[in-house]
Amino acid sequence: MLTKRIIACLDVNGGRVVKGVQFSDLRDAGDPAELALTHARSGADEIVLLDISATYENRSTLLDVVRRTARELFIPFTVGGGIRSLDDAAAVFDAGADKVTVNSAALADPALIARIAHRYGSQAVILAIDALRISSGDGNDISFGVKATGGRQSTGRDAVKWAREAERQGAGEILLTSIDRDGTRGGFDCELTRAVVSAVNIPVIASGGAGTARDFVEVFHHGRADAALAASIFHLGITPIRALKQELLAAAIPMRWPC
Amino acid sequence: MIAIVDYQAGNLASVRKAFDYLGAESAITSDPQEIARASKIVLPGVGNFEATTALSGALQEAIVRAIDRQIPLLGICLGMQWMFQSSQEAPQLRGLGLFPGECEKFPAAVKSPHVGWNQLRLRGDSRLLRGLSHDSFVYFTHSYRAPLVEATVGDCVYGGEFSAVVERGRLFGVQFHPEKSGPAGLQILRNFCEL
Repeated sequence: MLTKRIIACLDVNGGRVVKGVQFSDLRDAGDPAELALTHARSGADEIVLLDISATYENRSTLLDVVRRTARELFIPFTVGGGIRSLDDAAAVFDAGADKVTVNSAALADPALIARIAHRYGSQAVILAIDALRISSGDGNDISFGVKATGGRQSTGRDAVKWAREAERQGAGEILLTSIDRDGTRGGFDCELTRAVVSAVNIPVIASGGAGTARDFVEVFHHGRADAALAASIFHLGITPIRALKQELLAAAIPMRWPC
Repeated sequence: MIAIVDYQAGNLASVRKAFDYLGAESAITSDPQEIARASKIVLPGVGNFEATTALSGALQEAIVRAIDRQIPLLGICLGMQWMFQSSQEAPQLRGLGLFPGECEKFPAAVKSPHVGWNQLRLRGDSRLLRGLSHDSFVYFTHSYRAPLVEATVGDCVYGGEFSAVVERGRLFGVQFHPEKSGPAGLQILRNFCEL
């Protein structure tokens, strides 16, 4: 049976893994290559590395980190942050990534998704969406807006419609982060996840808000996510991946096990 | 030396890296002469079946000659599909026809592509799958699938059964990515190296 995936995310700044709350207040959490291997050994189904600084000066540092991290990692490895062109994507693939995520640059130029998909295949392109809840005046209607540049900039786009367009452009998966929940450990936004899952026919990775095993059960059951991503609860050992997977299996969610 | 055939279909670095890790000498190449000298050949590849048009002329000839000389060949993902007769993805093209039948799309009832970890069900003897346990998890990412054939030694279920591993003599094909399938995948590549 096809399993639900547990993805460990490394937010990298200047060559180190950092962890912030709601996209700010960064703290050091270790070396990316070491953490990736540790997570793979404890049962992570995939590793995602996001360059959160993504400045021009940091590109060569990032490629070096990707190379070091990929060397002994034999599970799918995704890299994102600051990928603005096919050349940026190519450099990251050459350094050992299997997939890339695109975000702000795709918002400005959606055909970037198609260009990368044409050269490397759809399975290698993930559209990352940073979504924020928007309430209508009376508070009864909820919609989800899309933010660019690390959650700082409004785009006027709707998350569900943007996911559909990305699928048409050839994105192979959607990495959907709830800005409202990011770093809070208060649970995934299942409503957001479900809205996007229902709108597209490609896998959706839920992100933002992971705390306890219960949160994962809910995002798989109610959010109908194909995969769920978390960072700090894994790095800090708050919810070890192996224990998490055992709890999910007990809740009848298909998991890769033993791993 | 293991020749990893480069036909501009996706990223081959991870296959190479897995052989490095296993201590096997390999080279990424599209040079028919280098392929002719190889002790083993790997046909990787992801993406559209149309990409296999690059596997024609001298390149295809070198691969076919190597097969005739009993050089072990491993097709991965799209590389495996090319070992069948054809694919619905690009009906105008022919595969190598080493295995019978046509690769087809997944039924509409399931999400496509089939992405993630799924179980490998072993059927019959296989040198490639030596040491693997039944229902081992491996990593798939594909939109088309190969039919069950006599040479199917491992299958998988997703919207119905399909061939996950085919093997006949020194010809091998895997639909999933052994280079991305953790310890189970490395075991398969190790078995191929030790043939």
